[in-house]
Amino acid sequence: MTIYGVALLALCTLVGVVLGELLGEALGVKANVGGVGIAMVLLILARLALVRREGLSPGIKSGVEFWAHLYIPIVVAMAAQQNVVAAVRGGPVVIVAGVGATVVCACGTALLSRLGRPSSPTPRESIATDSHP
Amino acid sequence: MHEIQSILSKHGLVTAFALVGAIMWVSNQLSRHLTRGRIHGSAIAILLGLGLAYVGGVMTGGDKGLADVSVFTGVGLMGGAMLRDFAIVATAFEVNVVEARRAGLVGLLALGMGTVLPFIVGALVAWSFGYSDAVSMTTLGAGAITYIVGPVTGAALGANSDVIALSIATGVLKAVLVMVGTPFAAKSIGLDNPRSAMVFGGFMGTVSGVTGGLAATDPKLVPYGALTATFHTGLGCLVAPSLLYFTVRALVG
Repeated sequence: MTIYGVALLALCTLVGVVLGELLGEALGVKANVGGVGIAMVLLILARLALVRREGLSPGIKSGVEFWAHLYIPIVVAMAAQQNVVAAVRGGPVVIVAGVGATVVCACGTALLSRLGRPSSPTPRESIATDSHP
Repeated sequence: MHEIQSILSKHGLVTAFALVGAIMWVSNQLSRHLTRGRIHGSAIAILLGLGLAYVGGVMTGGDKGLADVSVFTGVGLMGGAMLRDFAIVATAFEVNVVEARRAGLVGLLALGMGTVLPFIVGALVAWSFGYSDAVSMTTLGAGAITYIVGPVTGAALGANSDVIALSIATGVLKAVLVMVGTPFAAKSIGLDNPRSAMVFGGFMGTVSGVTGGLAATDPKLVPYGALTATFHTGLGCLVAPSLLYFTVRALVG
């Protein structure tokens, strides 16, 4: 049933956010530390467990995949509610700091993703073959 | 007219689905016919979204873009943190565990550098514009990490509200630049595999920027970038008001 997939996704999200909140509290931070990332790992583990038990029904799949496919429209809605006016009107400090930070991070990405890259091209495993955790 | 408005506001989320669907359709047409598919439809849609956010902000004077326009409040729910996180987590269903594991260490390294480097840039820019006290420098530096780290740090250190506003604006500008710029920079920074997507997410940090930018570049990379980016804000909130602040204070007195 499709709702099983949606519920599984909801459960992983909630548990992840709660753990992120607890982690933040334990570290004395006023923020959720990696809640979404933890939730993603939980969902990956749940999928692996289901695949191993041959319990990954088409219903569960479609319940999760529907939301994964809605991701881009949701990002568009997210873009439509950014405080673009403030970003545009922030003045030179904002522009220099914002552009500077972005460019530095882009250069860093270029460097790091090229540095330790394995010399031979990595074989591309398909999702179906990685059923071991 | 008035009735239609009230129906649209009452069905906010449904209205948002219809509106975003229309934006996606227009963007895909523009992508196909104006750019012959060279610019991804999602990239155009995100740009249109940001444009509408600007219009909404100017119209209402609010800080939530189009979501402040009464008819389009549903956009706030659809693009808000709850559904955004829900959908990001869903993308993990297609993550290749082997790839993600292989990039683990380098992703961690990117996460660390992506916190410290933009902080240094932000703090230096603040200093060169005359915000030379440790609290202001730290707050602006934190804003250059993400637009959540900025105000959290500023509030923790007791920074001026105008400095906090500047730090939020810096973070938002970074998010917008990442959203818009990623598809164009993707080739030159080697952003074409899960591993570099994880490095990218760790470095750029801003979840909205990273996921928006990757969605417009190659939707298959979104979960990998999101996986590392989501730790960024937490890490920033942890080190900016503590470790990084003490360092700045030791340097400028």
